[in-house]
Amino acid sequence: MSSLALYPEDEKLPRNERLVFDLYIITAVALFVLMMLLGLSMRLTQATWAGIGPKLFYEILTMHGAGMVGTMGLVTLAVMWFFLRKYVHLHLWAFLTNYVLFMLGALAIIISIFIGGYAGMWTFLYPLPVHSMGIGSVNAAALFFIGYLLIGVGFLLFYLDAAAAIIRKFGNLGRAMGLQWLFGGTIDQSHPKAVVASTMVIIANSLGILAGAVVLVMCLINAYFPAVVLNALVVKNLIYWFGHMFINATIYMGVIAVYELLPRYSGRPYAVSRVFLWAWAVSCVFVIIVFPHHLLMDYAQPRWLAIIGQVVSWGAGFPVFLVTAYGVLTNIYRSGLRWKMPSRLMVLAVFGWAAGIVPAILDGTIVVNTLMHNTQWVPGHFHFYLLLGVLPMALAMMYHVIGSRAQSSDDAAGDKLSLPLYIIGGLVFALAFLAAGKASVARRFATHLPEWVPYDQAGSIGAILIILGMLFFSVRIIAGLLKTPTDVGSAHPGG
Amino acid sequence: MITENEVWVIALVGMGLVALGFIYVISQVGKSSDEERAKRAYKTSNVLRRWLFLILLVIFAGVSYASLWHFPLPPQQAPLAAKQIVNVIGHQWSWEFSTNQVEAGVLVEFRVTSADVNHGFAIYAPDGRIVVQTQAMPGYTNKILYTFDRPGTYMVRCLEYCGLAHHVMEAPINVVAIRGPST
Repeated sequence: MSSLALYPEDEKLPRNERLVFDLYIITAVALFVLMMLLGLSMRLTQATWAGIGPKLFYEILTMHGAGMVGTMGLVTLAVMWFFLRKYVHLHLWAFLTNYVLFMLGALAIIISIFIGGYAGMWTFLYPLPVHSMGIGSVNAAALFFIGYLLIGVGFLLFYLDAAAAIIRKFGNLGRAMGLQWLFGGTIDQSHPKAVVASTMVIIANSLGILAGAVVLVMCLINAYFPAVVLNALVVKNLIYWFGHMFINATIYMGVIAVYELLPRYSGRPYAVSRVFLWAWAVSCVFVIIVFPHHLLMDYAQPRWLAIIGQVVSWGAGFPVFLVTAYGVLTNIYRSGLRWKMPSRLMVLAVFGWAAGIVPAILDGTIVVNTLMHNTQWVPGHFHFYLLLGVLPMALAMMYHVIGSRAQSSDDAAGDKLSLPLYIIGGLVFALAFLAAGKASVARRFATHLPEWVPYDQAGSIGAILIILGMLFFSVRIIAGLLKTPTDVGSAHPGG
Repeated sequence: MITENEVWVIALVGMGLVALGFIYVISQVGKSSDEERAKRAYKTSNVLRRWLFLILLVIFAGVSYASLWHFPLPPQQAPLAAKQIVNVIGHQWSWEFSTNQVEAGVLVEFRVTSADVNHGFAIYAPDGRIVVQTQAMPGYTNKILYTFDRPGTYMVRCLEYCGLAHHVMEAPINVVAIRGPST
């Protein structure tokens, strides 16, 4: 169980660790702002308030998708590292190698898109990347694949190092997840939730990344040897198996911040329970097998896969509602929670996750998917739980760390404005997408029908508010990290 | 058959309930709680969680039964008994139909495939709402069964991103009133 001290001694970062951690956070924050600006440019274009041509629009859309998913992965991996290292011995080289490979991969992706003209979306559905009607080159598509492979190798290295460290400490991954206590026995109350969540992510996301690596290599071979024809449906299954797990892993890595930090602000222990262990065991299985809900409109899929997609989508709501959201609410209920930026962001994050999966679960229902698939309902629900769920989890950790370095958990005056701006903007932005989905507005269209434009205009206003809030967060966080380290006492070690 | 408006209302109710739960607890955060009250609250929360679990389980079972018992997608291997058949091929960036005229009130089978990349075959009603869709995928044929209840000009739009002109890849389907027996 984690300590209730606000800034415990074992969270203090030695110099080199601190340098690499700061690199992660500053890079992620800068990338988030950049990717948000790209997103805004697309919404403004759809709203007829800006005039980006289709070619650049689809390049930006590809960059925005790959960039946001990648950055979410990068920053939540930093969350996982920051807390997991307290319980097991992680090697700094693995954490640093992941950063270097991520940056190399990102560079490859940027070149492939803005120089090579690759615009096959972050999902690179076969055979579009090599069948762009002469818009992007085969080399550009290959460079994009290589960029993904570099990023995937980095993540995998980090996970392998973390898995080895966990096995050294706990014996095996099952024991780390607390499986030995599922059906009985006295649960070790000091068993860290961060270890349970990290182990689940290692298992699920390693499988997803391996599936991604397989399909990327297949696509690379096809790109240069077109006679090797791929099965489009098999490729699609592998892509969504990889894509779904990668983006979902960001939630499960990000929520570690809530498990670790919330009790320190509420003053109430938040120990593991049998229900909690069951929830993570079940979630591990569910996140691995739920991906067919992305292929509900591929009628050629075996029927049983579609049924799994729907049933597991609905089942996945149980752990979120009954364990994480409910657990957080009972932890803070009449707790005298200290309302500081980290705690505000954590409560927002769990709300955003729990509320955002409602439209997601609905879309995982076959009859609903027949109407909503690939409409703006889809970006509606994933922006809801990424913007108002996952990103606030990571921001909570960042604010906590800069608080620890400043030896003060006091909020800045500007926080009183930036957080409401971000929340209102996020709600307007996501609800505009969902309302547009209700009106059958297609997603991924460079230009919109006149009757669709009001939704785009509302969404643009929401996006501007989010960016204003995020810009303030970024300045606060980067300034807080770059501040000259003070000679901190043991009561308030710098993070 | 569920409509977009119903989905929207269900989503808002669901998200609203989540929001109410958070608002209630947030309103209680600052209130004091001694050890005895905290213990009582903990017990109550466990009872409430069991009830919530049961409620969610009933909803889960009910929705699964109602939406899957009669499987909502037509069988893809068996022959379908539609009187009208439309073969559809998606191309970058146009639709090819064996016919673009069908009769209202009579079952239509769409056999949808692609000649190049993945496309999305979505039929928009004259009121601008999607009525049915499937994917158009190279190497596979997806079969839709649909009965148009009203005559009019329906629009097929591509809903799977397929390249530079994806957003203009559309074509009309004319749904005409059923012809009476010739005299």
